[in-house]
Amino acid sequence: MFDYTFQWKQALARLPKMLDGAVVTMEVAVLSMLLGIALAILLTLFRQSGSRPLKAIATTWVEIARNTPALFQIYMAHFGIASFGIHFSPFTSLLIGITFNNAGYLAENFRGALKAIPDTQTRAGRSLGMTPVQSFRYIVMPQMLRISFLPMTNQMVWAILMTSLGVTVGMNMDLYGVTQDLNALTFRTFELFAIAGVIFYVITKIITLGARLIAMRLFRY
Amino acid sequence: MIEIQNVRKSFGDLEVLKGIDLNVNKGEVVTVIGGSGSGKSTLLTCINGLEPINAGKILVDGTEVHAKSTDLNKLRQKIGIVFQQWNAFPHLTVLENVTLAPRKVLGMDKAKAEAIAEKQLKHVGLGDKLKTYPTRLSGGQQQRMAIARALAMSPDYMLFDEVTSALDPQLVGEVLETLQMLAEEGMTMILVTHEMSFARDVSDRVAFFHQGVMAEIGVPEQLFGDPQHVETQKFLASVR
Repeated sequence: MFDYTFQWKQALARLPKMLDGAVVTMEVAVLSMLLGIALAILLTLFRQSGSRPLKAIATTWVEIARNTPALFQIYMAHFGIASFGIHFSPFTSLLIGITFNNAGYLAENFRGALKAIPDTQTRAGRSLGMTPVQSFRYIVMPQMLRISFLPMTNQMVWAILMTSLGVTVGMNMDLYGVTQDLNALTFRTFELFAIAGVIFYVITKIITLGARLIAMRLFRY
Repeated sequence: MIEIQNVRKSFGDLEVLKGIDLNVNKGEVVTVIGGSGSGKSTLLTCINGLEPINAGKILVDGTEVHAKSTDLNKLRQKIGIVFQQWNAFPHLTVLENVTLAPRKVLGMDKAKAEAIAEKQLKHVGLGDKLKTYPTRLSGGQQQRMAIARALAMSPDYMLFDEVTSALDPQLVGEVLETLQMLAEEGMTMILVTHEMSFARDVSDRVAFFHQGVMAEIGVPEQLFGDPQHVETQKFLASVR
């Protein structure tokens, strides 16, 4: 009934390859976060703006990002867009999909954070002769980013985990993709995925702990 | 010189300023007193263009504040305003709070902005708090920081909107002393305040606002000693 023999040695021999994959996973996650934060700020400004088309764009983006599976978003970025003759590499598609998801969730976090910053902060900036853009850039945005720092950490963890969905669009350079390929070669399914699981766990733990250290510095005030 | 000519201002159906006329000369200290809802704070936010007006005109050194062609960001550089809630920027140190606008608005380099900020902070008695974050300061200290922040832009005019109203009683004195010092240095100021004895000491003229109208204006001795308008008399009797 239970005749599976563990062969950890065989699996562990593949660890260097998997760690290379982990580096790609981190790359995708970090890039998708940086782009996601930039886009989320833009979406937040769109939502704050008086323009109805801009508001509509931002709202649609956030609604789709938060209410459809991340898998759908990555799939659309690859095969959906390909229907129109635009072909991205699996890496790019995965990056676009996760970035889209990040931006949507972060924009929602930023909106919440903005509510915690009194309007009088902007007013004080404007009174000192600052333009609306300067008031946002130097007074509101830094506070907004600090307030949403912990939700951003969560999103970063999600970004790491979402990279595993890349296999559906043929991504095989990241941790999950590499593991999948190794599994096809060796059939050490349990061992390989268990190791991958541990690597994912360690990466996300390092991120949350690192974030806590950074937070201690950021939240001095 | 600040010229306020027949200014009217409404919030929805509520008219809070019903035709205000007032000129404030260079070097003059004018205090505005009156009950809450009399429109006195609104007037200040109209002067620096934070609030639009419905009728009339406000001229600052001949520039019409609410004209479409007026660059309000530029105009505000010469009108400092300090609010009841001091609005410290919590993510910046005291020094950074004060240097932010000189650097970003006036394009000053860091060293020069810091020199000016240090001077202004020393001036208001916060010379030893430069690296502190505002949340570590008392209300009175934060309010003095807000005053230094406005002064760092070297404004020609200062507007003070009930700057002591949100402070604990024992902290009011230190802020009033700062205002007194500015008045003695010849700063042109319009103060909205509930501190009657302070208004009497520091002002060249005192204006009494009642329900959106400037009911009476005069030198402090006259306005406090021999008020002409029946509402002024009632108001002064109530606050004494």
